[in-house]
Amino acid sequence: MTTVSAIELGRPAVRRQSLWRYWRGGLQGSEFTWAVAFVVPYIGVFCAFVIYPALYGLWMGSNPSLYPEVFSDPIYLNTVVNTMIFLAFGVNVKLFLALMLSGFFMRPGWWTKALLMIFVLPWAVPALPTFISIHWMLNGEWGLVNNALWILFGVDGPSWLNSRWLALGSAIFSHVWKWTPFWTVILLAGRMSIPQEIYDAAKVDGATGLRRFTDVTFPLLANLYLVLTLLATIFLLGDFNSVYFVTGGGPANSTHLLATLGVVRDMLELGKPQLGVAAVMSALPLLIPLVIILMRKLKTSEAQL
Amino acid sequence: MTTITADARPQSAPARSSERMRRAARRWRYLTNAGAAVVSVVLLLWTLTPIYNIIMVSLEAEGDVSVTHIFPPEPSAASFWVVLTEGHWYLESFWHQFGNSVFLAGMVTFFVLLIGSLTSFSISRMRIRNGWVITNAALLTYVIPASFLAIPFYLIMNRYGLQNNPWSVIAVLVTFATPYAIFIFQEYGRSIPLELDESARIDGASPLQIYFRIYLPLMAPALVAVGTYALLLAWNEYLYQFLLLSNEQSMTVAVALGKFLNSDVAPWNYMMATAIIYALPPLATYYIFRNRMSSGLTMGGVKG
Repeated sequence: MTTVSAIELGRPAVRRQSLWRYWRGGLQGSEFTWAVAFVVPYIGVFCAFVIYPALYGLWMGSNPSLYPEVFSDPIYLNTVVNTMIFLAFGVNVKLFLALMLSGFFMRPGWWTKALLMIFVLPWAVPALPTFISIHWMLNGEWGLVNNALWILFGVDGPSWLNSRWLALGSAIFSHVWKWTPFWTVILLAGRMSIPQEIYDAAKVDGATGLRRFTDVTFPLLANLYLVLTLLATIFLLGDFNSVYFVTGGGPANSTHLLATLGVVRDMLELGKPQLGVAAVMSALPLLIPLVIILMRKLKTSEAQL
Repeated sequence: MTTITADARPQSAPARSSERMRRAARRWRYLTNAGAAVVSVVLLLWTLTPIYNIIMVSLEAEGDVSVTHIFPPEPSAASFWVVLTEGHWYLESFWHQFGNSVFLAGMVTFFVLLIGSLTSFSISRMRIRNGWVITNAALLTYVIPASFLAIPFYLIMNRYGLQNNPWSVIAVLVTFATPYAIFIFQEYGRSIPLELDESARIDGASPLQIYFRIYLPLMAPALVAVGTYALLLAWNEYLYQFLLLSNEQSMTVAVALGKFLNSDVAPWNYMMATAIIYALPPLATYYIFRNRMSSGLTMGGVKG
């Protein structure tokens, strides 16, 4: 009788202690305090500058009366089309180029190494000066491109930034120009981590030339390539600079992407930040699945970027 | 396949066939070399044209870029001198802006390294319980585009009166650069044996001492890689600086350059000279730390 009550009395205390021990893990005494103190700065930053703005944004965009206004806006619909085109071409062109070029940069010799040093320039130089430079190069009357066309071929080039499709194409071109080196360097490292023995074995089996790529290299790079495609898609959805500096969203607001539409037109020009948040939030149905897939992929493949 | 046919070939002309194969191999080599040369030229043109355009405009003697040539007839480096001596009213606070950029980048680098290393020390060395939650939060931050939070962040900063305060931009850049730091530190930390920490603990070292005396010195290469990354990120970032730093006092070089673009009467040769001076520090940093950076950048490249 007494023993039972003693156990029953002791039980909550035991449970509390084990829960406490569970939380502390293997850490003893003041070490646990230190460990918590070390993560507190990041948790603070995360809550204050990720969770708080995200919730604030969701709250701003949660007003259902915003969406009819957003979806009936022809400029918004144009922007959605632009975003699709930008995603389809921007992501695939730059990653395909990067895949091919990473093979080129596997060639031995000092020349390839020197070329690689030059080739990474677009990525190493800040976006701002080069995008402004491209903006001027494409000027219809005195840009470098049309001057060169005139001097070399006697052709009058179009005014690149005055038509929607040429301007959008120019923005995609700038984006590809800027980001191809980055993905090339990553894919190059991926190719370098494939052991030479696999190629030697494949060579014995008769896989040379194109078969070497399709049967050996690409299957081994496929997972990395998929992860990079997802990552490039997400990064491109949030791209601001290439459209903002190259076309400025023009002509007549016809080349905006979601980020530039939300920030520049809705918030700064119209003074309606809620509209901008709603426009940006309309990308969430695409963004959230991508983020979930990518986070799973990143964890299983441990591809660090 | 090829080996079989080679073996089945009549033995009468082995010398001739090997000669033919050698010639074919040589021809193939010439072809690939020629192909590589063509690719190289195209790549050089592709890469350097926009950069050439910056340099060309900065060398124009007049501020006028409404020209029809593809190289200035009288190149002059005077515009660089004008920028460095703040000799034009557009540029009167160039060095102040430059200082702002340096301050911003320096602070971001410092806090990214501090917060990132403390967090990964606690998660992967002290093995704090449920550390994976923090790792996942960091991963999530890494994959969310920064521009998606720009509008709410801008409004929040306005509400608290923090616009034109460099610390608001430092905060957001630290937020978006720290996740990368946490990954790289955790990944790199795996190569440092935990027994070092254990033995220090037995000798009576406090966690703080282990962090300063053992962890940080051994992590030096990863610190350099991540520091370079954070420095470049902060120096090159535009959107948040543009939104939050708009007055003369707080403006950085990036914002000033963007402002140039929006005015129609700007002297473009000065602007491009400014752009070149603005691009040089990150470029030099990048090329100095390139090898360390790319090794960190692609660590674990294609596992699985």
